Amino acid sequence: MDDLVQGLRAYIAERYLDMAPEDLPPDYPLVSNGLIDSFNLVDLALYVEETFHVHIDDTELNANVFDSVDGLAALIKVRS
Amino acid sequence: MLPPGDTLAHILAHHLETAPDRGAVVLMGRSSETHLTVRQLLDGAGVYADQYKASGVRPGEVVVDLLPPGAPLLFAFLGGVLMGAVPCVLPFPTEKLDPVRYRENLTALIQVTHPAAMVAEPALASELREALPHDPAMKAILGCSDDWKEGSGAQVPDLWEGLMRGPQDLALLQHSSGTTGLQKGVALSHTSILSQLAAYLPALRLSDEDVVVSWLPLYHDMGLIAGFLLPLLAGVKLILMSPFEWARAPWMLMQAVSRHRGTLVWLPNFAYNFCAERIPDRALKGIDLSSWRAVINCSEPMYASSHQMFSNRFIPYGIKPEALTTCYAMAENVFAVTQGPIEGRVTIDRVASESLQRRGLAEPEAGGSQRVVEVVSAGPPLPNCAVQVVGEEGQIVGERQVGELALRSDCMLSGYYNRADATQSALRDGWFLTGDLGYVADGQVYITGRKKDLMIVGGKNIYPQDIEQLIGSVPGVYPGRAVVFGIADQELGTEQVVAIAEIDPRHPRGEAALGLDIRRSVSTGSEITLRHVKIVDERWLVKTSSGKLARSANREKFLTEQGRTRIGSESE
Repeated sequence: MDDLVQGLRAYIAERYLDMAPEDLPPDYPLVSNGLIDSFNLVDLALYVEETFHVHIDDTELNANVFDSVDGLAALIKVRS
Repeated sequence: MLPPGDTLAHILAHHLETAPDRGAVVLMGRSSETHLTVRQLLDGAGVYADQYKASGVRPGEVVVDLLPPGAPLLFAFLGGVLMGAVPCVLPFPTEKLDPVRYRENLTALIQVTHPAAMVAEPALASELREALPHDPAMKAILGCSDDWKEGSGAQVPDLWEGLMRGPQDLALLQHSSGTTGLQKGVALSHTSILSQLAAYLPALRLSDEDVVVSWLPLYHDMGLIAGFLLPLLAGVKLILMSPFEWARAPWMLMQAVSRHRGTLVWLPNFAYNFCAERIPDRALKGIDLSSWRAVINCSEPMYASSHQMFSNRFIPYGIKPEALTTCYAMAENVFAVTQGPIEGRVTIDRVASESLQRRGLAEPEAGGSQRVVEVVSAGPPLPNCAVQVVGEEGQIVGERQVGELALRSDCMLSGYYNRADATQSALRDGWFLTGDLGYVADGQVYITGRKKDLMIVGGKNIYPQDIEQLIGSVPGVYPGRAVVFGIADQELGTEQVVAIAEIDPRHPRGEAALGLDIRRSVSTGSEITLRHVKIVDERWLVKTSSGKLARSANREKFLTEQGRTRIGSESE
């Protein structure tokens, strides 16, 4: 698991779910299973923009664009 | 200000006759706007009224509106009003929602309410026709269609059967979410709704120049009354957006106020924090909020810190600090019970924490090193509402004593629909027992907590038993051994939901996987997401002598373990 995936997983697990990062599988479908809600997604998009300088439009905050930690990491890699 | 007429249909007919071409509603989307005049809105409603009538719905029967945000949702609701039915808006199924759970909730509603019709988007309507259990009262589950032609009665108020209804007849039903909420429909008469507006509009100093802006869902009392019926019946313009679009693009609210010179907005407390912290500067370029007369905090515990964050963030864009105000409202009173100052400063009561918690007395701070709680005033009761504070033995308690708030007004519910039992237990000698705890000082009402276990998450009332039931159905959870409660989170400005579930030793499985299953079950079966999930063994949960799980005792234990003792009661 690379640093990007680890970092994103820690942010999501600790900030939105109050759980140990290692308990969250990086391919777990967070958005389609509703584990993080739209308010979390708005926060996550801002975090990604500030940290990785990658813009995720609000219209993209859905499970088709990214659904898991792995999916978000892949999106960041493609765009940066 | 409110036109003459003693039912909703009479008032709508008055608007149609006197100002048919006035702009009534602007539906604001991400990139486009739809403007509806009074005539267009009621023409659309007439089409739905004709569909209901053709399906055999009669005046006085309940019609359930399951449409997503947009013009058809409004037409479907008002169609019910025009033909004298009793409309009721319920949430439409979002993508994440489990269709089985959604149908279970509708079934729970049908078993109590027995609606005559439901209206939904075509795909959902055909799914519901197949899957919902048969109810003899249900005449049709209608799939709304663009092909529906303008009805004969659309533009001719004389043909509206709604004009034949009496002021004491029911005008609409309102529900909170979950099985428990859906089985307790708040039934409101025309008189109650109009009496509420007669008292509330002057308290807001409403004028024809006002423009209401709302992203609130119409299945919520604040959305339906403040964010829809109030501007429509009072004849002021409404700018309405989808709650789903707003949640992903919260700056739409500021854009709407700026572009349409919005003056009045109602928000649940969490939205103050969300807007203050999650709107980037680039989304606020050129925004002018100087028209904003009142931002009204309502429907969940209010924090002084949330007001501070909001005004700090938006003062550079022209908002006036005195625009921030408060309100205490409930569906059982149609909407507002109190209203804080309009264009004046909200009172923040600084009281001694120790005395408030231990003795239920809100003593003004005495200075020195004592710990202080800031309680935000909800304002004085509206002129038509009386508020009493009731002690544990049912006695009326004095100034600054905390007790349950009881309410009496001329705009109260007719009852919980088909639930004489629930109506009877909520009313005592004509007073409605709110379940909210608070005190009165200098004529102002302060809310400090709740007597019931009800949670308020992002402004929505959530019953913990509904969430516990969802968790109880997850394989690996010991049946009946799940407890759910809310804890105050000042950073988010709302309650966070905690679930504690006992693992079933007969179905051993990994705690991490079980925790994820519990979260998924709650997210896809309700309107909330869980922030904290704790899996415990059979020794952890606190039970009463009769073996029941005590929510408050388990909440205390959880907070103590987290080192956050009594944070909830301190900041509510």
